[in-house]
Amino acid sequence: MSAVNILGIAGSLITLIALFEMLRRHRLREKYALIWFVIAVGVFVVALFPVLLQRATTLLGLQVPANLLFFIASLVLLILTLQHSYELGRVEERTRTLAEEVALLRLELERATRDADHQPPDPTRG
Amino acid sequence: MQAMPGPSTSVRVLVIVPAWNEQDSVGATVREIRETNPDVDILVVDDGSGDDTVERAAAAGAEVCRLPFNLGVGGAMRTGYRYALRHGYDVAVQIDADGQHDPRYLPTLIAGLDDADIVIGARFARTGDPYVVRGPRRWAMVLLARVLSRLSRTRLTDVTSGFRASDKRAIAVFASHYPAEYLGDTVESLVIAVRTGCRVTQVPVDMRSRSAGQPSSSPVRSAVYLLRAVVALGLALVRRWEESFDEGTTRASITTPEPSVPG
Repeated sequence: MSAVNILGIAGSLITLIALFEMLRRHRLREKYALIWFVIAVGVFVVALFPVLLQRATTLLGLQVPANLLFFIASLVLLILTLQHSYELGRVEERTRTLAEEVALLRLELERATRDADHQPPDPTRG
Repeated sequence: MQAMPGPSTSVRVLVIVPAWNEQDSVGATVREIRETNPDVDILVVDDGSGDDTVERAAAAGAEVCRLPFNLGVGGAMRTGYRYALRHGYDVAVQIDADGQHDPRYLPTLIAGLDDADIVIGARFARTGDPYVVRGPRRWAMVLLARVLSRLSRTRLTDVTSGFRASDKRAIAVFASHYPAEYLGDTVESLVIAVRTGCRVTQVPVDMRSRSAGQPSSSPVRSAVYLLRAVVALGLALVRRWEESFDEGTTRASITTPEPSVPG
């Protein structure tokens, strides 16, 4: 077993352990954990059976397996970052809506308090 | 404040004043609006100011709505439109806190709503106007005006003007969709309005120079402005809104009825 394989196996195992630990401590949501889990398992399988990568390389007509690996890796990272940007945008938009609602509610509350202060005491109430 | 059974004929007008760190001008702006238009209600939306904007606006007699942090003009305006919708106002008018918009034109804008859903107070180009612009910034404004004129089938010359009046229909649209992005608050919101079936028109008004600050005229900034204008416009034209609400918004949150007052 070559050094590259050992590095790949170690890396994927560390990732899997970290994922498990983060999930256990409620530091990661399942929907994000899933994609990382798939990636870690993929790396593990390729590290264990490098012949899979070589076959895929010949199948696609590429010369160097490492090129295929780097291409896939960059593509995966690109998509993940894009997804995070999307999620961030959604969260920002929701935060904006919440901020607006908070502002409106605060105004209503202040007004209600003000009205209550200015009204003469209601004799029908105790 | 409930609808005052005032002498004015049933049309309830809300003036929305978005303000961010405008302590030096907001008080005067609010007082001037009250003096020139005593029948309107004024809502100052404080966009996370760090100065005395809130205190001075309240002291001048406006209702003040405080955003917990800065959202930009778009956020402040959507807050205002939601307030207008929930309290059943017939007309909402945006007037900037910097004193640029002359509230004496308010009745003119509101009168324009007879044949339109949105009336823009357009800067009247004349000699000696402190707002004469050239170069890329000018091209951006011309491009925006041309495209929006074609879209709305009327002649619009100053689409980046924030001085505008909206009727109930436009208020409902803006309460659910009002972009927070730069230029989105003026340009994209107009595209949204037109594409959801609102009629837009403009009336000429005189703008005053701002109490503080001038639009930058450095060539780089102007070029950036042109680029952002093109991007904002392009996105506005290809986006869809008709069926959707802005993120975090539901039909119920838009149509929440006015809270009933006990007693």
